Amino acid sequence: MKRILAAAVAALSLMFSQAAFSQTPPNVLVVGQIAEPKSMDPATVTAVNDFRILMNVYDGLVRYKDGTLEVEPSLAESWTISDDGTVYTFKLRDGVKFHDGTDFNAEAVKFNFDRILDENHPFHDTGPFPLSFYFSAVEDVNVVDPLTIEFRLDAPYAPFLSNLAYTPGLMVSPAAVEAQGKDFGRNPSGTGAFKFAEWEANSKVVVVRNEEYWDGAPPLEAVIYRPITDANTRIAEMLSGGLDIMVEVPPDSLAQFRDNDSYKVVEQAGPHLWFLILNLKEGPFADKKVRQAANYALNKKALVENILQGTAQVAAGPTPPAFAWAYNDALEPYPYDPEKAKALLAEAGYDGEEVTFYVTDGGSGMLDPVAMGTAIQADLEAIGMNVNVETYEWNTFLGKVNPGLEGKADMAEMAWMTNDPDTLPFLALRSEAWPDKGGFNSGYYSNPKVDELLNNARKSTDQAERAKLYQEMQTIVQEDAPWVFVANWKQNAVTKSSVEDFKLQPSFFLMLQKVSKPQ
Amino acid sequence: MASYIAKRLLAAIPVLLGLTVIVFFIMAMIPGDPATAILGTYATPENVEKLNRDLGLDKPLVQQYFIWLGNLLHGDFGRSFALNRPVLDEVLERFSATLILAGTALVLCSILGLLAGVVSAVRQFGWTDRIVTLVVLVGISTPSFFLGLLLILVFAVKLQWLPASGMWAIYGGGDLPDLLRHLILPASTLAVVATGVIARLTRTAMLEVLRQDFIRTARAKGLPERKVIMKHAVKAALVSVIPVIGIQAGFVLGGAVYIETVFQWPGIGSMLVKAISTRDLLLVQGGVLVVAAAYVLFNLAADVVQTMIDPRLR
Repeated sequence: MKRILAAAVAALSLMFSQAAFSQTPPNVLVVGQIAEPKSMDPATVTAVNDFRILMNVYDGLVRYKDGTLEVEPSLAESWTISDDGTVYTFKLRDGVKFHDGTDFNAEAVKFNFDRILDENHPFHDTGPFPLSFYFSAVEDVNVVDPLTIEFRLDAPYAPFLSNLAYTPGLMVSPAAVEAQGKDFGRNPSGTGAFKFAEWEANSKVVVVRNEEYWDGAPPLEAVIYRPITDANTRIAEMLSGGLDIMVEVPPDSLAQFRDNDSYKVVEQAGPHLWFLILNLKEGPFADKKVRQAANYALNKKALVENILQGTAQVAAGPTPPAFAWAYNDALEPYPYDPEKAKALLAEAGYDGEEVTFYVTDGGSGMLDPVAMGTAIQADLEAIGMNVNVETYEWNTFLGKVNPGLEGKADMAEMAWMTNDPDTLPFLALRSEAWPDKGGFNSGYYSNPKVDELLNNARKSTDQAERAKLYQEMQTIVQEDAPWVFVANWKQNAVTKSSVEDFKLQPSFFLMLQKVSKPQ
Repeated sequence: MASYIAKRLLAAIPVLLGLTVIVFFIMAMIPGDPATAILGTYATPENVEKLNRDLGLDKPLVQQYFIWLGNLLHGDFGRSFALNRPVLDEVLERFSATLILAGTALVLCSILGLLAGVVSAVRQFGWTDRIVTLVVLVGISTPSFFLGLLLILVFAVKLQWLPASGMWAIYGGGDLPDLLRHLILPASTLAVVATGVIARLTRTAMLEVLRQDFIRTARAKGLPERKVIMKHAVKAALVSVIPVIGIQAGFVLGGAVYIETVFQWPGIGSMLVKAISTRDLLLVQGGVLVVAAAYVLFNLAADVVQTMIDPRLR
């Protein structure tokens, strides 16, 4: 018995001996992620959670300028666009190498795009590539010389540059894809500031400093990404010292970090819109007055302050202010005015007809959809609308909403996060984007003027001209109210106070190239 | 005995096959598909159709099932859509983590449950009995995810004695003490309910046994009380407790789903939850098949042990 006791004591003392085991070492950054990445092949992923890793391991031809959604040179030093907007020619940076030692050049760029776009490419089977439609306008990619690459588009497509800065535009090493095949996603190789080192399933992904990085080696020696799906566990891990940065902090917990000097809270509004799709084809929302009434009826300030607890700001129209160059500053959100809403309902002759409201229980960028749905229902009932909520699990919800609301519902929650002001309105507000034509206009909005503005904005390669078109579109859409504009998400993160030079980006990417943690 | 075990194992095959059919068709029936789950808001009918074709999901359901079964017979569990890696690798890795967690919990709850049950039966209506009964009641009634969070808060956040989550230290570690440190909180949480159940049943079984004639005989022939309890009573009571432990093993495996999520344990429970929400059909199939096979084996093992203890069952 004594011997067992002694052994037990020895074992226990061994276990507790490293009192500081939860402290993270200097120059190594531990990031608390919300889930395990799906893959580290940038062409195959769709989740922001995965982008947070990939943006540090890969580069694209262009990238977003710090703090904006405007593009600047990255692996391409410069580019020219033909007058008709269909030929883009990029001059590539010389001397850049992939982590596996092979050269980055025009052939590598061609390989990357052919792999995604050409079904007959020998490595097309390393997909599927769900975001390949970002480049559906690309007809061919031609190598002009080892450091010059040319893209021919089938029609002018202004978001092309911005899409190149997004994840499907990140450059992977052709040699590594050839060697790894389908397993490339677990053995990635790019040109980025950090090199892949280790992936332990459901435990951690480790990337280490790329000493030869063309833009200067990063201060951090390594970054360790830990997937911690449960938000409470993530907070506990942050509080116990096991994380240096935690993203997507639940609103309830932000205050406790704000009041503590050991932590810093960082926030950044992004290109995100939380809105309600209204069914314009049938039912009460076919009448513009009723749609405007719904916009007046919601107490959006209360929604973002009380339910989202300040993790979002009130949205004015269909374009988020994060697209600073394309945003219409003159736009004021619909004010909270239940009396006006009631008057509009009376004018429209609304007779208390039941309104079916699709609510989801979660989903990417949906913030707190159930609580939001309940509060919205209450606001609408306060002006005399009879709202019937139906709640569905996210995938089921998408399966019901994306094919269109006709015959099913009068309104539905939705949220989008995009990288170009073109994407959301082009895919979800044009007459040509009704669900039967393959778009996301699930509420059947149609305004020829908006169609024209959006089509022209996509063709123009002059940013100032595009901005004017988008701004006019925002004014019209706000007035037509095919949606109820609710909120723009502010992404947040908490860091230990020892983490320096950390910023969040409007792209919602987590850029760690300049971050340091000396102690 | 060997032919009995072989017979039981053979009987398990149709059970497992039936299970795969049910899981396959339930997964096919729930709305949403892997393509929608992968594409999220970008799921246009056109994109979904293309992705489904790429994933081989455009074939008729029955054909898909038989393709899967055919591959399975060649030892190929397929490839996970969501993780882009072979299902078998993921399942085995995850399942071994679950086995470590559930196994530790099972050992813990068996020892503690038996001990508590025996003590409280021997001291029936005494203070020890009352306290043990109270503790057991509280243990059975506390939702385990809540208890898990509570333990994290106390031992990881406040006292900083133990890690809050994960299975291994993020750097360094990787040895047995490291694993044990990470095991203590989740295994204890997982063991609590089963400990309560086992303690209550042991107590009842012991009380039953203690009233039997052979115990009176043992005492009458002057055996010390300790020997009467340990040698005669406990052994007899075990016969009715062992199958309960077998059943609890199943519950512990099931309970691991919540606990793994709370403690970020890289086990098969949290894998299945995620696989279902991403409609990762092959991963769900592989995971369920392995868990079900383990369940069958546990029950078989409990029966075998019981037969060995109780000669009447031979």
